[in-house]
Amino acid sequence: MSLIIENLTVEHGAIRALNNVSFTVKKGQLAALIGANGAGKTTLLRTLSGLNKPTHGKAHWCETNLLHGKPEMLVRHGVSHVSEGKSVIPELTVEENLEIGALWRSNKKEMQESKKTILELFPRLGERLAQRADTLSGGERQMLALGRSLMSKPELLLLDEPSLGLAPLVIEQIFQSIKELTKSMGITILLVEQNAMGALKIADVGIVLNLGTVAISGEAQSLIADPAVRAAYLGY
Amino acid sequence: MIQILNTVLIGITAGSIYSLMAIAMVLVWRSTRVVNFAQAGMALLSTYFGYEVIQISGSYWIALPVAMIGGAVVASIIELVIMRLLLKHSSQGAIASITPIIATLGLLGLIKSVIGYFWGNQDRTIVSPLSNVGFTFGTNTLAISPMKLFIIIAILVLVLSLTFIFQRTNLGLALRASAYSPEISRLAGIKVDLVRTIGWALAGAAGGVAGMLQTANGTGTLSPDSLEFSLLLAFGFIAAVIGGLDSLIGAVLGALVLGLVLAFVLTYVGGSLVFITAFVLLLIILLIRPGGIISQKAGRRA
Repeated sequence: MSLIIENLTVEHGAIRALNNVSFTVKKGQLAALIGANGAGKTTLLRTLSGLNKPTHGKAHWCETNLLHGKPEMLVRHGVSHVSEGKSVIPELTVEENLEIGALWRSNKKEMQESKKTILELFPRLGERLAQRADTLSGGERQMLALGRSLMSKPELLLLDEPSLGLAPLVIEQIFQSIKELTKSMGITILLVEQNAMGALKIADVGIVLNLGTVAISGEAQSLIADPAVRAAYLGY
Repeated sequence: MIQILNTVLIGITAGSIYSLMAIAMVLVWRSTRVVNFAQAGMALLSTYFGYEVIQISGSYWIALPVAMIGGAVVASIIELVIMRLLLKHSSQGAIASITPIIATLGLLGLIKSVIGYFWGNQDRTIVSPLSNVGFTFGTNTLAISPMKLFIIIAILVLVLSLTFIFQRTNLGLALRASAYSPEISRLAGIKVDLVRTIGWALAGAAGGVAGMLQTANGTGTLSPDSLEFSLLLAFGFIAAVIGGLDSLIGAVLGALVLGLVLAFVLTYVGGSLVFITAFVLLLIILLIRPGGIISQKAGRRA
């Protein structure tokens, strides 16, 4: 019962974006995937959610083969991907952005419960339900993107740079909410971040990608303490 | 005075038929970002289906929904078989963005040939099911007949139903979300490919109804090279662009504006200027409001 990635290789034309990547994230854990620009972090998430096609390798979430499905079908198996930037549809209202995450769910009562939980988690969205998403601040949009993802009742959440372009104080709030998702809802999270320190602080485990391969992985605390990781990725 | 009223009535009737074609163009544009020039052919083919039903059953009222469904089926097949493959295989290179549009032009020719093959090139006739003689008002004859009244009401009902579907139903939400952002929609669990096919089907249905109504309203004749259908395509497209190509309400408003302007030119200036006026109007709108008459400023994009 975990996310298992084995020898995953992804090529964009002649460029090998990921080269034999293998790692495991246990159910209920928060894993931070860090590394420099171009290390292959986004490619990895896009491959796990079905947006990119792999060259070879394996990736499973529990019983679900992540490499044999379209994103819209993987969502139905509990795998939800919040893509880079503020992954909301600006032309739709806040409420509609939430609802598109649950259109496929047949149990409308459960859907209403999910919505209630999300609005308790992010009360500011509740005050802005009828507004268009492009009237929201950057932090609110990121909350909305998370909220939309939670509407599909995910078991595995793939988050791509939720802190991108946000003010430090807002980043702090978003990271706390993400930590809360694992602790209180038991959602397994693979968090891709440029903000390596912030991500490792809330994570259980850390994986460092370098030029498409796993450079180091281990307990988040031990990575923070590792002088090599500190010098290369944490900036001090 | 009565002439002005009649001109307005002619403009509204014509405009409402253009609005169906414009809506068809907008639905396809929104779902697949393709300007569908084959729309005229699809509408014509649907109208031939309607013609066949009239031959068998003798009833225009049975033929109308059949043409509508026929239009939806034809459009779905085109999207599933041709456009989907085309979008998949022509996603690279300098002409990638215009390949599907050129393909729809080819498709227009193909559909016309198919019609010619099955029905021949001679004119076929659809008789208007309602009187096309205008109501009288005192000693004056108004430019609105029972048939024209039916056309306006039928289109009003269709436009309102489509608006309801788009704004109030889950299908409508899926259609809008997929149009704005296919990738986010996919990640949210929307079957975007299916939604695209539905968008084309709705467009095909609207085109089929437009063809049936236009034929009953106009000369009543059908041929593979029907000038009426070419005009319907041109005016529907211009109306859609005036309306911003992305909005159903814009398409309807654009079509009504176009219908009224053309009616006034026809009555007060002369028939030879109608076609030119349509394109001049298009150019003016594109110059002063390139986003269409109801374009709104985008919100902040943080």
